[in-house]
Amino acid sequence: MTVMEQRGAYRPSPPPAWQPRMDPAPLLPDAEPYRVLGTEAAAKADPDLLRRLYAQLVRGRRYNTQATALTKQGRLAVYPSSTGQEACEVAAALALEERDWLFPSYRDTLAVVARGVDPVEVLTLLRGDWHNGYDPQAHRVAPLSTPLATQLPHAVGLAHAARLKGDDVVALAMVGDGGTSEGDFHEALNFAAVWQAPVVFLVQNNGFAISVPLAKQTAAPSLAHKAVGYGMPGRLVDGNDAAAVHEVLADAVRQARAGGGPTLVEAVTYRIDAHTNADDATRYRGDSEVEAWRAHDPVQLLERELTARGLLDDAGLEAARQDAEEMAADLRERMNQDPELNPMDLFDHVYAETTAQLREQRAQLRAELEAEQDDQEGDLR
Amino acid sequence: MTTVAVKPATMAQALTRAMRDAMAADSSVHVLGEDVGTLGGVFRVTDGLAKEFGEDRCTDTPLAEAGILGTAVGMAMYGLRPVVEMQFDAFAYPAFEQLISHVSRMRNRTRGRMPLPITVRVPYGGGIGGVEHHSDSSEAYYMATPGLHVVTPATVADAYGLLRRAIASDDPVVFLEPKRLYWSKDSWNPEQPTDVEPIGRAVVRRPGTSATLITYGPSVPVCLEAAEAARAEGWDLEVLDLRSLVPFDDETVCAAVRRTGRAVVVHESTGFGGPGGEIAARVTERCFHHLEAPVLRVAGFDLPYPPPMLERHHLPGVDRILDAVARLQWEAEG
Repeated sequence: MTVMEQRGAYRPSPPPAWQPRMDPAPLLPDAEPYRVLGTEAAAKADPDLLRRLYAQLVRGRRYNTQATALTKQGRLAVYPSSTGQEACEVAAALALEERDWLFPSYRDTLAVVARGVDPVEVLTLLRGDWHNGYDPQAHRVAPLSTPLATQLPHAVGLAHAARLKGDDVVALAMVGDGGTSEGDFHEALNFAAVWQAPVVFLVQNNGFAISVPLAKQTAAPSLAHKAVGYGMPGRLVDGNDAAAVHEVLADAVRQARAGGGPTLVEAVTYRIDAHTNADDATRYRGDSEVEAWRAHDPVQLLERELTARGLLDDAGLEAARQDAEEMAADLRERMNQDPELNPMDLFDHVYAETTAQLREQRAQLRAELEAEQDDQEGDLR
Repeated sequence: MTTVAVKPATMAQALTRAMRDAMAADSSVHVLGEDVGTLGGVFRVTDGLAKEFGEDRCTDTPLAEAGILGTAVGMAMYGLRPVVEMQFDAFAYPAFEQLISHVSRMRNRTRGRMPLPITVRVPYGGGIGGVEHHSDSSEAYYMATPGLHVVTPATVADAYGLLRRAIASDDPVVFLEPKRLYWSKDSWNPEQPTDVEPIGRAVVRRPGTSATLITYGPSVPVCLEAAEAARAEGWDLEVLDLRSLVPFDDETVCAAVRRTGRAVVVHESTGFGGPGGEIAARVTERCFHHLEAPVLRVAGFDLPYPPPMLERHHLPGVDRILDAVARLQWEAEG
């Protein structure tokens, strides 16, 4: 056989191991953020659910203003406000069943409160008397995560473990637009998809990572599109439309619970306040942008829907406001009391059994405190 | 009287057996990592576990160390007891944020409500001819992180006993496996594995009266060899195997140094910022009046780990240890 004949026998073919894995088209997000309020879809929404969402939104807005006020009074070390993002916070909490788990970031204290955890315990981290105040196991809420996106693999591992144990538990993990640039975001989504873990990722795209706008964060068509690369569906939703966010999250939770694997949800919203009380947002954005978003306010959007359709009358609106004021008054009163601090607690939970070194250091601190007390008593005499 | 012949076993086999026994005893024990399933790990330390317990119990993960440890955190939050493998010392670095910001602190953060019983197995150290990134001694990084236990075996029996203890611990344990001792053999009966003392106890490997060599992991056999060689010089050296860097056994270490009056700390890790500085300081603070000479350190040079053809110049060897012993101010005795 000649060389030319051999060449003639060659048939181009795909690489041997290659085969198509999945049609990406069904994974793609919609071209525009999904909306319910003010659209035909609103008629199908459960009025009771809308009223519950509204009551929580009003509480949530009041909680944000109260917590911000507490920073000005020196009662909180810092507060990252979720004003403008209440629909995402509240919908995330309400989309979960009692047995499910929530994995919040530091800006998601409202979601934890809406899940039913005592706001004073939720604010422990930000008051600074301990790193976490609530019992994560009792509430099935992970501690607020300050390092960005690091809580996402925890959610995946927990959801995976639950499935291995045969429990139909879903984990919902919250992250911001900046957090999607972190490696842990990538690793968590990849593990979740490979393991088909029952987990829902909620990205609140609030426009800024402190001062850095989304355009400097990613070149992706949308954050929801990132899902496709992992082989999971991406959903794009109007993050200020509480009914839409709830519907999309509830669908994703249902799918995860049924064994359908993870979903990435991008909620398009806006951080009305600065990053925290320590930030100055005027250095990186203009008033007109903020005003445009104020006109798309999550509380107002739902309130208009409810009143226009006669689902909530003036008495209902007033009741929601009254409930929020009572919550704020209680929060204010309890946060105005100094927390009980015991410096000896510092040594109690480093290890299950304390070490000889920590015992020595504990004794040292105790001696210092006693000397301090003796000095004070001496001054009094 | 009949005795059962005990075959020599390797450290790698003892580690495998420890995981196997732990998995058999407790269904919450899960092994996960890169190549730990079908392949049985690049060092074969997880050999047979996936076959015996299934892939849900011994899982090949995606190649991402932060993801491996991060998901292990979530698994532990749900009541499992994950044993994760970092394939090599230097490949554990991507997992550092999870380890330092979450694994080490979760118990403290939650006032004990959410302990994380995670064992992080890390093959570490040099001496196996590994190319770059395969020979680091990373123990000082872990030691500097409160909330972690840092354990490293030097014998076949300890490998089994300490790994069982680590897996059973309600605290996270960084379990450093000296990879050049993986194939070291000892007579050890896997059918009757002996328990070891709780994590945190050092042990005298060789009694001696002249000076104490304080060491751990891969440097223990080197120190035993040095102690044998020292007999020719008239020195009777004691070799102390720390076994656990955190918690640190001040009591056993100081008792040894008070007996001999002289101490040399030996490890592969760099001297500057390495564990030897902490150990020398602790011994000096506690045993000053018993010391005949300053506590010396024999450590790896303060270099990025050398290429394999040059690593023998970097690793503490018998001669360098004996040179240090010679500098322990013996002349002052006369």
